[in-house]
Amino acid sequence: MIRVIDLHIAFGQNKVLRGINLTLKKGETLVVIGQSGSGKSVLIRHLIGLIKPDKGEIYIDGVEITRLKDDELHKITRRFGLLFQGTALFDSMTVAQNVSFGLERYTDLSREEIQERVNENLALVGLRGIENLMPHELSGGMKKRVGLARAIAYRPDIILYDEPSTGIDPIRADAINDLIIRMKHELNVSTVIITHDMTSAYKVADKIAMLYAGRIIEEGVPADIKKSQNPVVQQFIRGRAKGPIAKW
Amino acid sequence: MQAKSPFLYFSSFFQQAGEVGLLLFKTFKNLFKKPWEKKIFLQQLEEVGIKSLPVVSLTAAFGGLVFGLQTYVGFHRYIGPGSETYGGPIISLGLSKELIPILVGLMVSGRVGSAIAAEIGTMKITEQIDALFSLGANPIRYLVVPRTLACMIMLPCLTIYGDIIGTAGGLFYNVYIMGVNRVLYIRYTLLYIQMWDVLSGLIKAAIFGIVIAIIGCWQGLKTEGGAEGVGKATTQTVVVASIIILIINFFLSKALPG
Ligand SMILES: Nc1ncnc2c1ncn2[C@@H]1O[C@H](COP(=O)(O)OP(=O)(O)OP(=O)(O)O)[C@@H](O)[C@H]1O
Ligand SMILES: [Mg+2]
Repeated sequence: MIRVIDLHIAFGQNKVLRGINLTLKKGETLVVIGQSGSGKSVLIRHLIGLIKPDKGEIYIDGVEITRLKDDELHKITRRFGLLFQGTALFDSMTVAQNVSFGLERYTDLSREEIQERVNENLALVGLRGIENLMPHELSGGMKKRVGLARAIAYRPDIILYDEPSTGIDPIRADAINDLIIRMKHELNVSTVIITHDMTSAYKVADKIAMLYAGRIIEEGVPADIKKSQNPVVQQFIRGRAKGPIAKW
Repeated sequence: MQAKSPFLYFSSFFQQAGEVGLLLFKTFKNLFKKPWEKKIFLQQLEEVGIKSLPVVSLTAAFGGLVFGLQTYVGFHRYIGPGSETYGGPIISLGLSKELIPILVGLMVSGRVGSAIAAEIGTMKITEQIDALFSLGANPIRYLVVPRTLACMIMLPCLTIYGDIIGTAGGLFYNVYIMGVNRVLYIRYTLLYIQMWDVLSGLIKAAIFGIVIAIIGCWQGLKTEGGAEGVGKATTQTVVVASIIILIINFFLSKALPG
């Protein structure tokens, strides 16, 4: 279970998160929505310890992680898979080396087993026969999917997806939705997804939370979010240029 | 940009020195912790050592030649013809204690220090360092330790190699170009040069290696912004590492027993 309590972070004068409170139960899928620049990526980086907050606590199954040392933190990060918004593939390694990176460090699998896992995970995201290519030889969408394979390869029980479907064609994007749902049912993983795609949000979410002005202004099951009385939420989920949120 | 007050320069100097000191501390703390990144270490050995051979060969050869040239001129002019045979030990001493370690240090900071900063800096701005961390690799252990070890080991090796090439250069100039007596030249060289002269140069080189790797990694890890940030980190590394090498060389020469 993940619990975030009163999380604050500022970059210089820019107060990005101003008191985030969140709870995510085992096996639940939370979709975080919000404007570009509202701090969604910053929020999930906190969950895995990549950023230390100015104030606030984060509990992963009762362990407070914001004050852990790196070596202790790695026992926690073992449980996380993170798909970066910009993929962050290792550009000096092949696709196979990228996908096996976590497997080598987080598991005791043999070389053959790792290779098998790599192929299995690449197949899961619809990529075959590209093991020996370098990241710069891939298209944007292919990179995203390699990043996805790398994040789930060692079977983490909490997966964080930062815009999994951005830059991917609609058919593949829906296949990724199915993959996210399958991971949840088969492996009972807890999931946090950032997305701008409301169709996919409604499809995969148990809960949707909207981040606005540094806080979670609304949280609930998709049906409740759709019916929200908050004009900010309404404007956002309907994608209107007119409304309380300024256009630019 | 506002002009900075001298005080700000001063405090930012101490802040940066603190950052470097902390990185150095963390690196040595992680030196013997598992997992051992053997593959990267071997790669770096090749990168720092083997690939620096051509540039070290050239600089050492010509360093030895000019040093031989001026030593010849000096003896010829002040002590007189025939005394040039005493140039041998002086050349070897100057080369192995000062000139070669410095040349190797400066060349490698240009070749390797800049490459370290550029590579790690690019990884930083494309979130690859964060990705390393999220996949269970400690960036200090994975990136900094192998590079520091490789530089620490390879610089003394390059220096020994440079000593040989440089000494040969000095000998070549004196014996084969100026016609100094070969037997005496070599005999005096072997008679007066001591093991410690060579060794103290190697100790210096190892320290220069640590300086190059740590400054390159430090600049890389704190890279911000895009391509411009990487460019800045690269140049800074070469400038800062070179200056530090020249400064601590003096203090090492003073501190290491003659
Ligand atoms: N390392 C950093 N240093 C300074 N400011 C940062 C840093 N990371 C993020 N920010 C700032 O924090 C704010 C939120 O950034 P974040 O990347 O979380 O946005 P986001 O909600 O993920 O947007 P998008 O949907 O476009 O990805 C932005 O104003 C950004 O400028
Ligand atoms: Mg983002």
